[in-house]
Amino acid sequence: MTSVLYDLPGPRARVRNRALGVLATIGIIALAGFIAYRFWATGQFESRKWEWLLYKDLQLQLVDALGATIRAFVVGALLALAFGFLFAVARLSEHAWLRAPAYAVVEFFRAIPLVVMIFFLFYAAPQAGLQLGVFWSLVVGLTLYNGSVLAEVIRAGVQSVPRGQREAAFALGLRKNQVMRSVLLPQAVRAMLPAIVSQLVVLLKDTALGFLITYQELLFEARYLGSLAEFGRPIIPTALVIGAIYISLCVVLSLFASYLEGRKRRQRLSEPTLPVLDTTNRDGAAAIPS
Amino acid sequence: MIELLVDNRDLFLTGFRNTILLFLLAGIGALVVGTLLAAMRVSPVPVLRLLGGGYVNIFRNTPLTLVFFFFAFAYPRLDLLDVSFFTRAVLALIVYTAAFVCEVVRSGINTVDVGQAEASRALGLTFTQTLTTIVVPQAIRSVVPPLTSVLNALLKNTTVAAGFAVAEAGQITPTLSERGASVLIGMVWIAIGFLILVIPLTATQRTLEKRWSVAR
Repeated sequence: MTSVLYDLPGPRARVRNRALGVLATIGIIALAGFIAYRFWATGQFESRKWEWLLYKDLQLQLVDALGATIRAFVVGALLALAFGFLFAVARLSEHAWLRAPAYAVVEFFRAIPLVVMIFFLFYAAPQAGLQLGVFWSLVVGLTLYNGSVLAEVIRAGVQSVPRGQREAAFALGLRKNQVMRSVLLPQAVRAMLPAIVSQLVVLLKDTALGFLITYQELLFEARYLGSLAEFGRPIIPTALVIGAIYISLCVVLSLFASYLEGRKRRQRLSEPTLPVLDTTNRDGAAAIPS
Repeated sequence: MIELLVDNRDLFLTGFRNTILLFLLAGIGALVVGTLLAAMRVSPVPVLRLLGGGYVNIFRNTPLTLVFFFFAFAYPRLDLLDVSFFTRAVLALIVYTAAFVCEVVRSGINTVDVGQAEASRALGLTFTQTLTTIVVPQAIRSVVPPLTSVLNALLKNTTVAAGFAVAEAGQITPTLSERGASVLIGMVWIAIGFLILVIPLTATQRTLEKRWSVAR
């Protein structure tokens, strides 16, 4: 690996680096050892605290909780994408009466903390006669916040499409609507797909906020399992298990995002030098309908 | 509407004071820890690179609520130092935000062309000189705008502490409803409060992006 910061190490630097490496290894082993010792000293490794994993009822509950998290994620993601596209297009509109409110809405929901939004929907909205319930308070909150962020991402994507694309599309006689739908948006989505998926990781992580309004998802389940007296209140084991589930879910999505990122970069490298040829043949679709 | 704010000004003042305090303490902590992690990730020592990378990958993929959950419910069970919940909230925010700061700083350093450092070494500058006069001044331009957005997220994330009972701005609502005041209007005021806090940050970010993006 070459770096801006240092040359290839010489003999003295190699020795020093190796010594640092050994020191760091010792340090991390000491830290891990200390944590393991604290776990052991406070009885976290007792079999009683892990027994709950063996009960079928509790396993099924865990699956239910996972389902609840995924349900909130899927509904939230779909709505947020729809919201994002709608407001991205509105923000790019030629009509100021459409552009201005869309701008205000997007900026507003990006500035308000999601927790405040969710609390508002759950605790305050019923006072104004809007009963959303736990699930929809969470999902609507997720939609408004992440949808606004996605709107910005998609708008940036549309603006990153080379100007010639738009001009060429108008020159071919397409209408505004068609230019946006069949020329600009598809290319914007391709360019922004990694960023969109990263935002969906954020959305997935944010479903955990449902815990704060007692939506019965994974974290809520962890709290419940962690308070069971018959297993010695295994809050640390449950936090570890639930943490592992969350991290694996998010890592899978993140890996997908970086896979898309890598694919995008490779495609750019292999793109032909003639951009005109490239755009007409991009999806293997016929450029001229027969 | 204004009466509610005036009548409960103690509540709003403590709330927003704690929000700002959480933000400042966690922000400084996260900047320090994140920069250290970034230094680890670009260091010539493979073990340190691995550690930094592992940390970032784990905490970027962990919900903040889970980190708070750990510090709120699991930490006391380990019989470690008995610290107040406010301190634990700061710790949770630092642990989480540091991963994001690390990524921003690292990618900032990576945007500096290798040729720059090579040229400066060819001119006979030492490592420290290369770092302080060549690399950092250039890296900082691409670091600061995304860093403000990380801090912006941190400011909003302080509200998660409310769910775990730190008396900051998000916590105002339950107390209001105990006092029999309108939660709806209280919420509107909280939202306005956050808008006032967030908008200057966003504006700074936009200005910096515009001013510094043309530099290279």
